[in-house]
Amino acid sequence: MKITHSEVEHVADLARLTFSPEEMDSITGQLNDILTYVAQLEKVEASGVEPTTHALEVENAFREDETGKSLSADEALSNAPEREDDTFVVPRII
Amino acid sequence: MATQHLTDLSIHELHGLLTGGEVSSEEVTRAYLARIAQVDPRVKAYITVTEEQALEQAREADRRLREGRDITPLTGIPLGIKDNMCTRGVRTTCASRILENFVSPYTATVLEKIKRQGAVILGKLNLDEFAMGSSTENSAFFPTHNPWDLERIPGGSSGGSAAATAARLCAGALGSDTGGSIRQPASHCGVVGMKPTYGRVSRFGLVAFASSLDQIGPLARDVTDCAILLNAVSGYDPKDSTSVDREVPDYTRFLEKGLDGYTVGLPEEYFVEGLDPEVEALVREAISQLEKQGARVVKVSVPHMKYAVACYYIIAPAEASSNLARYDGVKYGFRARGYKDLMEMYKKTRSEGFGAEVKRRIMIGTYALSAGYYDAYYKKASRVRTLITRDFMKAFEKCDVLATPVAPTAAFRIGEKTEDPLQMYLSDIFTIATNLAGIPGISVPCGLTGEGLPVGLQLMAGHFEEHKALRAAYNLEQALGARTWPEV
Repeated sequence: MKITHSEVEHVADLARLTFSPEEMDSITGQLNDILTYVAQLEKVEASGVEPTTHALEVENAFREDETGKSLSADEALSNAPEREDDTFVVPRII
Repeated sequence: MATQHLTDLSIHELHGLLTGGEVSSEEVTRAYLARIAQVDPRVKAYITVTEEQALEQAREADRRLREGRDITPLTGIPLGIKDNMCTRGVRTTCASRILENFVSPYTATVLEKIKRQGAVILGKLNLDEFAMGSSTENSAFFPTHNPWDLERIPGGSSGGSAAATAARLCAGALGSDTGGSIRQPASHCGVVGMKPTYGRVSRFGLVAFASSLDQIGPLARDVTDCAILLNAVSGYDPKDSTSVDREVPDYTRFLEKGLDGYTVGLPEEYFVEGLDPEVEALVREAISQLEKQGARVVKVSVPHMKYAVACYYIIAPAEASSNLARYDGVKYGFRARGYKDLMEMYKKTRSEGFGAEVKRRIMIGTYALSAGYYDAYYKKASRVRTLITRDFMKAFEKCDVLATPVAPTAAFRIGEKTEDPLQMYLSDIFTIATNLAGIPGISVPCGLTGEGLPVGLQLMAGHFEEHKALRAAYNLEQALGARTWPEV
C-alpha cells in the first residue's frame, strides 16, 4: 500500500474535502492504484536533468507599470454567494 | 435552399454563400437552431443554447455582409464554445455544480476575437467537469452521446464540441486540450481537432485546469476550416503572460503545397500492445497515403514517451489542486448551507460542489505536493517531462511531422470505464506527451472501423509548426476523398 486510510484523511483535510466512510474506502483504493502506476517514474534516471517549469523557453513577461481598466467592485462581487456593500460575507473567523 | 443542407456545409463553403448573398447569416443560424432543437435532445452536446444572442449576432453579421464592411472568413458563421470559456452575461458552468450559476463579468480573449470577426455563438458545449476526463461522462449535468452511435461516448473532455461539430449542431467549435481533450474526441467523432503550440492561443478567460498544459484550439469539419479557426484565435494577448508574441501566419496558405520533400516520422513507441488492430490498420493505411502523396516515411524513437501518462497524472492533478483551491464558496459559485464555521463552510461547499473525478484529482495533486512528497512526485515528473520533450526535439531533427494513432481504440460504450479511473486515464496514452512537450498536434479522420466508428490519425510538429501538421492533414484529407456524416 502506498497510502493509508489516515494519510488519505490528512490529505482530504489539506484539500478541504470530506468523504463518507464508503467514499473513503473507494478513494483510498483508487489513489493506491494511481500512485502504484505513477511509481514507475522511480525507474527513470533523471538526476541532473533540469525540471520543466514552462514548455517553451521564454523570458519573464514584463509590462509597463501603468493603470488600466479593471472590473468595478460591483462586477467583481456580482457572483458572491453572500455580500454586504462592497465586501464578501464569510462566517465569523475569530 | 433546404435548411437541412445549410448545416452540412463547411465554414469555407458557407463563407462563399454568405459573401455571394445567396444566403443570410440569420437563415444559417436559424437552420442550426432548428437542428439543435430537433437533434440535440438525443446527442446532448449543449449545456446552454443562446438563441436570442445568436440571432442578434447573425443580424449584425448580415449588416456587415450587406455593407461589405469588415468581412472575415468567420463573419456570419455559427459556432459552438466549450463551456469552460468565459462569456460575459451567459453562464459558464465548466459542467460543474460548483459553477452551475456562474456568470462571468468578462469574456475570454478567444471569444472577443471571434466575435470581433463577426462569428455567431450558438451556445456553450458540454465537457467533463473542469475538463477532467476522456468521455464527457464526468459532466455534472448529463453525458454527451456520440452521433455515430448514441450508445457510445464522444470522447472528452471536449466531447460536446466534437459531437456538435460532427452532428452538424454548429459549423465548428472551440475546445481545450490539457492531455488530449480536443484530439481524442475529434478522433472519436470523425472531425478535425487541433491542439496548438503552448502559447499560440491566449487562455485569458479559459477556466484553469493545469496551467502548464492547457491550450485552446479548434474542432472543425475539415482541415481548411480548422486552419481558418486557428487563424482567428491565434496570437499574443497582454492578458495572458504565457501567450507568445510571435507572428501568426495565414495557416490556410500552407495546405495545398503537396508533400514532395516532406518527411513523416513513425515513433515506434506508439505502435504497441494495447493498440486495437483495426485502429492500427487504418492509421498505417493513412500513413501509406501520405507516402503516395510524396512524403518520405522514416522510423524514429521517443523512448521516454512510455512514461508520459505517469508523468501527466502527477503534474496535471498537482496544478489542478492548486488552481481549484479558488472554489471556496466565498467569491463566486456554489456555497453549501448549514455550517458552523469557515472551515466547515469550505469543506461542505467543495465536497458537495465537486464531482468524484475532480475530487480524485485534487486528492492526487494535494498528496503529490504535500510536505515531504514534492521532490519525489512533482519535481521528478517535471524532470521526466524534460526528457520526453528532448526526445521529441531530437525526433524532429529527422522529420517534419510525427504520425501516430490518437487513441488506442475507437469510441467505447457509455459506462464501460467509469468504474476504473486508471483505465480511463490510459485512453489518453497517445495524446498526453504532446501537451507535456508543448508541441502542436492535430487529429484528422482516417476512416471508419467495421462497426462504423471513426478513427483519427494524429500528426505532431515542432513548436510553432502548426502549418506542417495542417499541411499533412490536408493532403491526407484530399487523398481519402469525400467523407460521410452520421445520421442522427
